[in-house]
Amino acid sequence: MSVDVRNLSRRFQSDADRWVLHDVTLRVEPGEYVAVMGESGAGKSTLLNLVAGLDRPDSGSVRIDGVDLGALDDDARTLLRRRRMGFVFQAFHLLPYLSVARNVALPLALNGIGGPAADDRLGELLAAVGLADRADSAPAELSGGEMQRVAIARALVHRPAVLLADEPTGNLDPRIASTVLALLREQVKRDGSAGILVTHSAAAAAGADRIYLLEGGRLRLVPGR
Amino acid sequence: MTTLVEPRTRRLPAPWRQRVSTTVTGPLRQSPGRTLVAILAIALGVALGLAVHLINRVAANEVQLAARSLFGIADLSVQGTGAGLDETLYPALARLPMIAVASPVLDIRARLPDRSRTLQLLGVDAFRVREMQAPLAALGATAVRTTGMLAADSVWLSPTAAEALDLETGGELLVQIGLTTQRLKVAGLLPAGAFRQQLGMLDIAEAQQRFGRLGRVDRIDLRLVPGTDGAAAHEAVTAILPPGARLVTPRQAGDDALRLSRAYRTNLTALALVALFTGAFLVYSTQMLVVARRRREIAFLHAMGLTVREQLAATLLGGAIVGIVGAALGVALGIVAARAGLAAFGADLGAGYFRALTPSLVVPVLDCLVFLLLGVLASIGGSIAPAREAAAVPPAAALRSGGIGGSAAPRDGEPAVAAHTDARCGPTARRLGTAPMAAALLWALAALLVWLSTGSAPLVHSGAVPWAGYLAIACLLLGAVRVAPVLARAVFDRLPDGGPAWRRIATAQLRGAARSTAISLAAVLVSFSLMVAMAIMVQSFRESLDTWLQRMLPADLYLRAGGTGTTGYIDAETQRRLESLPGFARIDFLSSTETSLREGAPRVTVIARSIAPSNAAELLPLRRDARGPVPDGAVPVWVSEAALDLHGLDVDTVFELPLGERSVRASVRGVWRDYERPGGAVVLPRATYLEATGDERATGVSFWLAPGVSADAASTQLRDALPGGGVYEIARPQEIRGRSLDVFDRTFAVTYVIEAIAVLIGLVGISAGISTQVLARRGEFGMLRHVGVLRREIARLLAFEGAVQGALGVAAGLAVGSLVSLILIYVVNRQSFHWTMDLHVPWTALGALTALLVTAAAATAAISGRSCMGPDVVRAVREDW
Repeated sequence: MSVDVRNLSRRFQSDADRWVLHDVTLRVEPGEYVAVMGESGAGKSTLLNLVAGLDRPDSGSVRIDGVDLGALDDDARTLLRRRRMGFVFQAFHLLPYLSVARNVALPLALNGIGGPAADDRLGELLAAVGLADRADSAPAELSGGEMQRVAIARALVHRPAVLLADEPTGNLDPRIASTVLALLREQVKRDGSAGILVTHSAAAAAGADRIYLLEGGRLRLVPGR
Repeated sequence: MTTLVEPRTRRLPAPWRQRVSTTVTGPLRQSPGRTLVAILAIALGVALGLAVHLINRVAANEVQLAARSLFGIADLSVQGTGAGLDETLYPALARLPMIAVASPVLDIRARLPDRSRTLQLLGVDAFRVREMQAPLAALGATAVRTTGMLAADSVWLSPTAAEALDLETGGELLVQIGLTTQRLKVAGLLPAGAFRQQLGMLDIAEAQQRFGRLGRVDRIDLRLVPGTDGAAAHEAVTAILPPGARLVTPRQAGDDALRLSRAYRTNLTALALVALFTGAFLVYSTQMLVVARRRREIAFLHAMGLTVREQLAATLLGGAIVGIVGAALGVALGIVAARAGLAAFGADLGAGYFRALTPSLVVPVLDCLVFLLLGVLASIGGSIAPAREAAAVPPAAALRSGGIGGSAAPRDGEPAVAAHTDARCGPTARRLGTAPMAAALLWALAALLVWLSTGSAPLVHSGAVPWAGYLAIACLLLGAVRVAPVLARAVFDRLPDGGPAWRRIATAQLRGAARSTAISLAAVLVSFSLMVAMAIMVQSFRESLDTWLQRMLPADLYLRAGGTGTTGYIDAETQRRLESLPGFARIDFLSSTETSLREGAPRVTVIARSIAPSNAAELLPLRRDARGPVPDGAVPVWVSEAALDLHGLDVDTVFELPLGERSVRASVRGVWRDYERPGGAVVLPRATYLEATGDERATGVSFWLAPGVSADAASTQLRDALPGGGVYEIARPQEIRGRSLDVFDRTFAVTYVIEAIAVLIGLVGISAGISTQVLARRGEFGMLRHVGVLRREIARLLAFEGAVQGALGVAAGLAVGSLVSLILIYVVNRQSFHWTMDLHVPWTALGALTALLVTAAAATAAISGRSCMGPDVVRAVREDW
């Protein structure tokens, strides 16, 4: 499933003179892992929200596997996210009242997937992120790196076609960050997802197939990648 | 180009102001909605308490002053039984060397036939009364003239009576005497300020003759010779008093007037203070959630050098500010509400104790300050637990955890804590283990207090304010609040796991956050339990009253000429005429009067009717029966529960019952339930009464119809037989019952209003608690939206959580409220009013209230969730950094 962003523009009422995104075009094919870099406030998260269908553009379009998100209502966009997208956040956003296993299994539950197939997939993912022995732990008992690995497992458990990661290593120290990024890339490549990583860190972006720079509302490819 | 105006230098605020702004006012300003709700809750509680207090105070003052004004400068007053005193006592007293002035008074409660009410008429000796009442001196001077007090057929009205009756000098006052109407000319108005209450004054000889009381007086006011020893005078006067007469001071007479209403007023004040308690609870719930939301901020301030003690003080100061603003607003509202309540319901707030008073509101500054302080203390009290919670925030862990919303961002290798789950609750979570023990202790204390209040030797004597009962209720509620988290956890752990994903998430959230959920739960529990308790108590009272009325009105028709002590009566000749009428299977004449059994106790009503041990159970709702036979020389009597409580007249007790100038030896054959006479009542055979008093007058008649005779035909026949233009009332039992229940509902109108306000505060509390929780979980909802949870699924999730919390709170409230209602019914009411009632549960009303509250909780949660569905929630996932 490809992500096709065309001529996307967005500005906010509070600062109507400034385009947060202006005529942005980006295409990510299945199995591709791209990074979008930019300073704080450059519009990286706005771009991610538009790709996820959480926000609507002022102009331009976002197509997921040829389907124009602008033509879908909120429910349809939400169901698309539920079935075909995975998210990793900087602040993890694990539900503190669910165990590690149940946090990871949340997308499966939302998609009505249960039974042995779900159990197998869960076991597989937990093993892949190295947390098979922490399945019954509460998030509060985990370290930051472990929590982000849980978040990655959660993002991938339902084999999403699109993986969106918003500063996934912002709260991690460099050693753990590189482990997490490698894991993210590995999972994207293995499942054939279209992965978009948003970050302000050049080190984090280094592992991507392509790197884009978002500056002044415009997106440009960083040459040499 | 240079500017003409120098730019203003930005100045930093003083350090203390910066500090207060950061730790105290800032957090309050950060959540203006919640702060406002807490302020309003305190304001409503204070307003309600102050309004009821001010009205009660006005009532008490007015009754005292009115009672005092009747006695002028008298030092003592001799008071007779319902039949009054023989007037020969007057010269006997006047001759005593220590008596400077003796002033005889005939005190009549005259029925006003055209107004369906009574008016106090005082028959006075115009020459004596002016020596007692200085303002009447001028009036006394006119007494010798034909236009003065000695003039025939004349009455002088107090200004308040003239105004209430819309009469002027020269007007006519119609009064009922027996079954006839007589006219009195309004000769003039008594001096303004002499009497505060509505009354009329006329010459005593005229009054004795007019009202058939020749040779009788009701009281004799005494002024002692200056320098007389009070105790000696008391002894000398008492020595010549007949049975049943009592010697009182004017202050005691005022107290008597207040005593009957004291329990009602106290209970109303207690009910009003419940609203303040609920308000304090709302402050607690608001502050607790604010602290939860500010954990990282508090930890940061702590890391910056704010000590634990300073943090504690800052939260308490925040509570004090909420309290000061709320209480100040409440005092203003309370004064307005008191004015409105006085105008709408009167000084007795609808209970009918002080109808003759026309008081105006006085607002003492000290009382306002006391309620202001109560409000502030309630708010600070509600802030203590949150302040301790804030002071106990572990800075290192909290700084690493995100804000509320589930974002936990610890450094690698170290455990994180999640902000709104029990896992991070630190010392409070550990304290949870002591909650069941604390609750058990509080409930044991409640049980002990109830046992001490209802045992054979009650802790609180009859007639006193039932503090033990109130304390037991407080213990019961506090115990329930204490155990709420444990209860929540136990119930949530047993919720089924299946269902759609949103329900599984909601179930997991409820389990994971049982303790913070318990804050909202406790708010529902407290407000609903009080609502339930009041509803059960009022329903029990109403149903018991209805049953009692049906029991007390067994005949087919009733003729009523006047109440106890009023001027309406049925004379002997009319009684004979009624007895000779055909169409009646049985006719029962009833007389009632008042007598005093002991000094300092309220007067009891004596009811004389055709009753004997063989038919007593048929005529009276007996609660206890005598075991032994009637002792020789004693007459059988049946006493009300109030007479049992106030005078210790239990079954088989033998006592002296003053009747007129005599007293009879009476044996209590049974105790019956009476909702009409709070001072107590004694029923005795009419033959005994006639023999002792010679008073043949009857105040009411019960008629049993002969077979085949209709009530309408019998009524017509009775009207034909009674004097033309007579003043009387003929009614069927169902009409009397309907009117009595109307009076009941009117009396409880204020109770309903106060209860509704307490419920409103509770509902606001539920709403505030849930919406605060929802706001605090925005990050979580943002994540759920990202991963594909629909808006309506989040709404369902929240509604489910709200409904479960509401249902649990309501279920616990039902249980606790039922127990509180038992204390209200069997302890508080019994001690306050000296009557028992049967338990009646208003299932329909409780069902409706339950549905309303659960729906309100679910709807509030779902509506609060709408605020989390907008673009903000998407941004909320990034708020943590």
